[in-house]
Amino acid sequence: MSGAPSLFDNLGDIKSRHPKVFESGWRSRLTVLLVISALLGLFVYGLGVLEFSFLRIWNGIGKLGVIVGLMMPPDPETMARLIMYGLSLAETLAIAFLGTGLACVLAFPLALLAARNVMTQRIVQFLTRRSLDVVRGVDTLIWALIWINVVGLGPFAGVLAIMSADIGAFGKLFSEALEAADRKPVEGVLASGGSHAQSVRFGLIPQVLPIITSQWLYYIESNTRSATIIGIVGAGGIGLHLSEMIRTLEWQQVSFIVLMILATVALIDALSSKIRFAIIGPRAL
Amino acid sequence: MQVPPPPRAHSTSAIATLPPAQAGALLCFYTKAVAIKRRQTLQGLGLLLAVTLVSAFVAEVDLVKLFVHFGNLTSYVGRLAHLDTGASVLSDLPEWFWGWKKWLRLMGETLLIAYVGTMMGGLCAFACSFLASRNMAVSKLSCFVTRRCLEFSRTVPEIVFALIFVIAFGLGPVPGVLAIALHTMGALGKLFSEVVENIDMKPVEGVAASGGSWLAQVRYGAVPQVLSNFASYALLRFEMNVRGAAVMGFVGAGGIGATLIESIRKFYYSDVSAILVLIIITVMLIDYGTEQLRHILIGKEARA
Repeated sequence: MSGAPSLFDNLGDIKSRHPKVFESGWRSRLTVLLVISALLGLFVYGLGVLEFSFLRIWNGIGKLGVIVGLMMPPDPETMARLIMYGLSLAETLAIAFLGTGLACVLAFPLALLAARNVMTQRIVQFLTRRSLDVVRGVDTLIWALIWINVVGLGPFAGVLAIMSADIGAFGKLFSEALEAADRKPVEGVLASGGSHAQSVRFGLIPQVLPIITSQWLYYIESNTRSATIIGIVGAGGIGLHLSEMIRTLEWQQVSFIVLMILATVALIDALSSKIRFAIIGPRAL
Repeated sequence: MQVPPPPRAHSTSAIATLPPAQAGALLCFYTKAVAIKRRQTLQGLGLLLAVTLVSAFVAEVDLVKLFVHFGNLTSYVGRLAHLDTGASVLSDLPEWFWGWKKWLRLMGETLLIAYVGTMMGGLCAFACSFLASRNMAVSKLSCFVTRRCLEFSRTVPEIVFALIFVIAFGLGPVPGVLAIALHTMGALGKLFSEVVENIDMKPVEGVAASGGSWLAQVRYGAVPQVLSNFASYALLRFEMNVRGAAVMGFVGAGGIGATLIESIRKFYYSDVSAILVLIIITVMLIDYGTEQLRHILIGKEARA
């Protein structure tokens, strides 16, 4: 920008020569201004109600700095602890894998019921979709608390919690995939004399299977993250150790566990994108 | 040229087939190809089964326990659906929602936590996204560093941040908001920078060619192209954060979660179901509202 005359130097001159280009309707300006001030107003109101104060944040950041200092270097201290963390990380992965698989299997028939082009009975379709919404509205941690009451503390409750939370999400995604599928294969099967069931089996399902597979792999990835936290309420996995170490202020252990989680998640990410690529090729969804 | 009409005899008979030798060879190829595909599928399924069995062993899956205790689930749901007096919850709505004033206030607090968290995280993600996208980055180093920071704050679950922040900032909604903001920054930063990487570079080059600084390039070249996509992603994130904020109270970080976990642990069954119903209704309303807003935004973009 050195030396070269910049258009921005004499903006006023250009504005006076081409007034129409720079003119924008006061109406749209007012709308934008109103929306922004409403958003900011709610934000400031929220800060006030939620008891934010400069002093509190300042002190908190200071304490956080001390904590981060105490976290260095990450250290499991003993070999026994390292092995224990490794085992519960394996448990976490198992929970994520099984929970996602079970959810996939259970959500598939529900998705068929919830898809408009499969279920012709409108009322059944509507009710299935609404119940999937209800299941989806409840968080994994809440499901974990409910399942602990049924099968007791331990990783099995975690598997069931991940399953329940994902049935809703999968049901919605799969039924949307079914509805977005191409009509032509279905019409082909119907035109050559196939029944409605056959048109679904041979016309629709082959179209959505790759989408389902890729969603399943993607959710294994994201559930690895969820599975690390359900231990906080006692449903198995590394979360139990993590929350325990945070509560007992063992910061070096905390940072070590967090590093382990980060490494595992990165590994699963790489692995699942490889598999996804191998199964459905570059058109990953 | 005129096409001669097909002979009548042919139109009623079967479709003409290939000579047997050619058809046989093709059939042979077909069965071989299908066999390879089948074998691959079977191998894949076998591997899947093996991994499932190993995970089932590690995760202590006990189907017998599930079936024996399945009655627990039905009886638990039954208890959720009844008041302390034994009557169905629906028979006495005021009794079921006896604490509605307090719960609604807490639900409002939950929504505010989600909103303020999304707003904070979204603004940070907005700033980071231009630094983290390859086409707008100031330098390779800052791009790399920003990306790693975003990755870190995305991968650590928000409730873990909340656990640590509760110790640093004290109990209450403040650590909840900050935890949500940090996680939102990571998640939205990635999505935003992907949007930025897909913009049309011509307006940016235009601003650069007429002597605009980096900030001017971002403001006049990039931002107008990405704003509606950003808003749409932020709304989606807000929806997820409402769910996240509802459980922040589990670790003492504000919102309705504290009351929920207290009633679950103390076996106040009708309270649990009332709060769950409240959460589900709120989440559904927010879902519906954000979906409508996103449709408006996408419609605006399509028209522009």
